[in-house]
Amino acid sequence: MRGRPMLYTRYESDQALLNTGTKKVMMGLFIVLLVLIPFGVVPGLTFLSQPDWMRLLSTVCIFAVGALGLNILTGLAGQVSLGHAFFMGLGAYTAAWFGVEPGPLSGLGLPMWVWLPLAGLVPAIVGVLIGPVAVRVRGLYLAFVTLGLVFIGEYIFRNWVYATGGPDSGRTFPSLEWKIWKEETPLVDFQSDGVWFGVEIIEEAKTYFLMLLLLVIFVLLAKNIQRTRVGRAFQSIRDRDIAAEIMGVNEVQYKLVAFGLSSFYAGIAGALLATFIGRTIPERWNLFLSVQFIAIILIGGAGVVSGVILGSVFVTVLPRLVQDFSSWLADYVSEGEGAFVWLADLFISTGSGDFGLVNTLPGVGPGLSVFQFNQVLYGLLIILFLIFEPLGLYGIWLRIRNYWKGWPFTY
Amino acid sequence: MTPDLLVVIAQEASTPSKFAQMVVDGVNLGGIYALLAVGFVIIFRATQVLNFAHGALAALGAFLVASFATVLDIPGRWIPNAPAWVSWTGAVFLALIAAALIGMALERVFLRPMVGEELFAVAIVTLGMDIVVRNITNDWIGPQPRPLGDPFGISVFDLGWVRIPYTVVTQTVVALLAVALIAYFFRSRMGVAMRATAFDQEAARAQGISVGRVFSTSWAIGAVLAALAGIFISLFPRRSTGVDPTTAFFAFRAFPAIIIGGLDSVVGALVGGLIVGFAEAGASSYLVGENWEFLGTGFAGIVPYLLMMVVLIIRPYGLFGTEEIRRV
Repeated sequence: MRGRPMLYTRYESDQALLNTGTKKVMMGLFIVLLVLIPFGVVPGLTFLSQPDWMRLLSTVCIFAVGALGLNILTGLAGQVSLGHAFFMGLGAYTAAWFGVEPGPLSGLGLPMWVWLPLAGLVPAIVGVLIGPVAVRVRGLYLAFVTLGLVFIGEYIFRNWVYATGGPDSGRTFPSLEWKIWKEETPLVDFQSDGVWFGVEIIEEAKTYFLMLLLLVIFVLLAKNIQRTRVGRAFQSIRDRDIAAEIMGVNEVQYKLVAFGLSSFYAGIAGALLATFIGRTIPERWNLFLSVQFIAIILIGGAGVVSGVILGSVFVTVLPRLVQDFSSWLADYVSEGEGAFVWLADLFISTGSGDFGLVNTLPGVGPGLSVFQFNQVLYGLLIILFLIFEPLGLYGIWLRIRNYWKGWPFTY
Repeated sequence: MTPDLLVVIAQEASTPSKFAQMVVDGVNLGGIYALLAVGFVIIFRATQVLNFAHGALAALGAFLVASFATVLDIPGRWIPNAPAWVSWTGAVFLALIAAALIGMALERVFLRPMVGEELFAVAIVTLGMDIVVRNITNDWIGPQPRPLGDPFGISVFDLGWVRIPYTVVTQTVVALLAVALIAYFFRSRMGVAMRATAFDQEAARAQGISVGRVFSTSWAIGAVLAALAGIFISLFPRRSTGVDPTTAFFAFRAFPAIIIGGLDSVVGALVGGLIVGFAEAGASSYLVGENWEFLGTGFAGIVPYLLMMVVLIIRPYGLFGTEEIRRV
């Protein structure tokens, strides 16, 4: 139906992932862009091909996978969970248990195609086992049960030294490489520089491609969960649980499914995060990590996959931007030239006796450290988005889109 | 966390009765949890806000006392000849007033726009508030703990079979006083207005009650109780070094107390606080030693959460909470 993009003659085309021609073209271009970024050939985005930015983009993909999981539970099924970090930790240690070569700590040395799915399955099983408690309590009580889960999990991770390495040194995680079984040289090694299809490629870019591929897989999975029977059941429970039950949605069963799916995603994200970082201590899987994921889905837009990805980009890249900005400001102030030095000086403090909101030198003078400033910014953003834009970044995008749809008319 | 009290006891030659000491510890912990829980529940009942920033408010209160009493020396600088306890009490009162004002301001700025929104959304706003307040407070505190400059020190009433720290006596008196005042307050005009608001906000408004003022008052009360708890967290039997960046997290262990008692019951909060306090004290004095080595470190810290899970399986709305009636 040329020229009438919103006219659907079949239910399938209405429910298609890319239901308009514009979406198809834009998504194609976007994927080409994402693939080209590591080679530094995209004008204006060449800086993204540097190793540290590549690592950041990989982190974005990992966080997006985790956030998609929380989105299934909180955004679709409407169950508030603060326990995401616990399931991520569980996934990470499952991956370590199956993936690391045997040594002083636990390890079976199995390849990635074994440990990655298991890192999702084990947390999913635990999630379903804990589920009955979580299904019995409702609403706000659930938030506290999952809060307790994080603390209990932290205690277990701290004390089970054989699996987690304990709080002092932590442990290593399996390396990102593709093996058939336990052979010496892996088929694909994602953690060393090399040549792919005749093109030189750095290790960070390889990791990025792996994470991007996994993200695409999990986005498709999440999208399909959302638009099929299970997803619609989740949304009906979220909107009105009693009405859902009367329509024949088995509330207990679907809540358990939501818990399992969300924990599966969390476990995968945890395993990827841990292997990506390489060595980590049990305290990483703490309440702050959970709050970060809540921030992602609230800032991005709860219940919307593209919103969740926007949120992951925002929350992961923001600290880096703040850091760059404040160190740039600090240089600007110390040079002492320019019309806005006084303004920058109010914001930044560069030494003792200098008052400013943010302090770039750790431990000297007043002012928040860059890390603390980031945290305060997170907190403020969560509050402001909830007050002014409950649909998150996705809501902003929706408004922009609707404005241009009707342009030049306002309706 | 090892309670400092037990360390001190271990060093003394004469050993007091373990059980009696555990009771003292339980009263100490339970009192702190009860103060936190009651403030939390009052805020929840009156304003329908689940305040995740309660721990941050506690740490902020303790920090205010530390700065008033030691750094700024207010009101000590204006009354040079007063004994130490007078100026310290003055500093505490000023800090409590400041905490009340901060609590009211937070409610007015961040939570008033959210009136009528979903409970969950409002709860997440307070989670954001917690991050903001906690980080700013921790920045003010700095990396080193700040002593509160209290006159109690580590003095104890030594009865031979039990040692009761001065702070525990003071804390018990203060907590009982606070509970009595709150019970009295609920009978006052404002208190009745608050109960009416808790019952039904719109109906209360229709009766001419200023719901906004009720919100402010409840946040002031909640913040004062949190600050009191924060002060006692930062004193001798718990952390004699003073308020530090982990003080805010201490309050997270009061959440099980709230849940065990039931989210919307003040009495439940009191009872829950004491239960959790005694459970934790019991675990930290009895579940140690060779037989219990498999529990590892920090088991006492998660006893409240385990207890919470058990209670929730049996009674999903806590011991005293009202069961949510589900209507079609």
